[in-house]
Amino acid sequence: MLFQYAHALIGFLFGMLFVALQVFLLVRLLAPRVKEPMKDSTYECGEPPVGDAWVRFDMRFYTMALIFIIFEVEAVFLFPWATVYNDLIAGLRAAGTGNVLFPFIEVFVFILVLGVGLIYVWKKGDMDWVKAMRGQPKQSWPPTEGSTGERDVEKDVA
Amino acid sequence: MSAAGRGREGEWALSFHAIIFWALAAMTIVPAIGIVVSKNIVHMAFWLLGTLLGVAGLYLHMEADFLGMTQVFVYIGGINVLLLFGIMLTNREPLYVRAAVKRPAIASAVLLGVVVAVGLIQSFGATEWHTVKDAVAPGLADASAKAVVNGDGTAATLGTYLLSDYILPFEIVSILLLVVLVGAAYIARRDPEGGSA
Repeated sequence: MLFQYAHALIGFLFGMLFVALQVFLLVRLLAPRVKEPMKDSTYECGEPPVGDAWVRFDMRFYTMALIFIIFEVEAVFLFPWATVYNDLIAGLRAAGTGNVLFPFIEVFVFILVLGVGLIYVWKKGDMDWVKAMRGQPKQSWPPTEGSTGERDVEKDVA
Repeated sequence: MSAAGRGREGEWALSFHAIIFWALAAMTIVPAIGIVVSKNIVHMAFWLLGTLLGVAGLYLHMEADFLGMTQVFVYIGGINVLLLFGIMLTNREPLYVRAAVKRPAIASAVLLGVVVAVGLIQSFGATEWHTVKDAVAPGLADASAKAVVNGDGTAATLGTYLLSDYILPFEIVSILLLVVLVGAAYIARRDPEGGSA
């Protein structure tokens, strides 16, 4: 089994090597070198960049990432269960002892508990991308006529 | 490598594993040094990616394949992205953190580092190390334990344990995750500046 991953490691190292070769060596050998101020601009095609690349991210990205990690860990726990589920059911059937539904119920409870969390963040509006401001009605996306979807964009840029 | 494995595969296997181990150790340590010496906090987060990848490789080398893959999924795919989001949520001021570090802070960091290093080396010496293969081998009667010994991976063994011996911890984990989710969402929702979030 170790050797399967050794292959992955070797593939990874060779991939890095070839990318490095291409970026640092091949380009140096093949590409023409023209010194021009335009060449140092962000978009060589001539589109002038507006503002700084460092913008303050919206808090909602962070909340989303948090929710993502929780359910990712849930998936990690479900994976071993899914691996053995069929064998386990077959084993229980063959032995004739214990409840065949037991592995299913156990994981159902596991998902149910986390489902409560999902309902919580859903109902509390953490998953709404366009969130209601304090004292304002909830906005919808795409913005309907007369809504203030445009104003949000301006605020993000500023 | 287990004692049996050493006998079976001989000196060549030992040195081969030693080479892989040192390569993975370098893959872990070099980015770790990068974290410490880089000035830009975003660069630090990307260096951390390399360290986490190296640790995943070390897990794989100890034949804990499921743990290694979990390390890649959760830490590299999740936690590190969360860290980057966390950095990008902040204003630009803490971007260059090293300029702000004072001498007493460095001294205390070195002291703490030495204490942690001594503790780790101590526990490294005191622990009897096993590969997953060695740890599972005593329960050979179990079919999924056989899978580990045959090199078919550890996921099946983990699944069997989660549905038998460790059923209560398994369910408690879901409650723990629920608490973390609700707590994190609550803290993230509180908006100190009143408005933008």
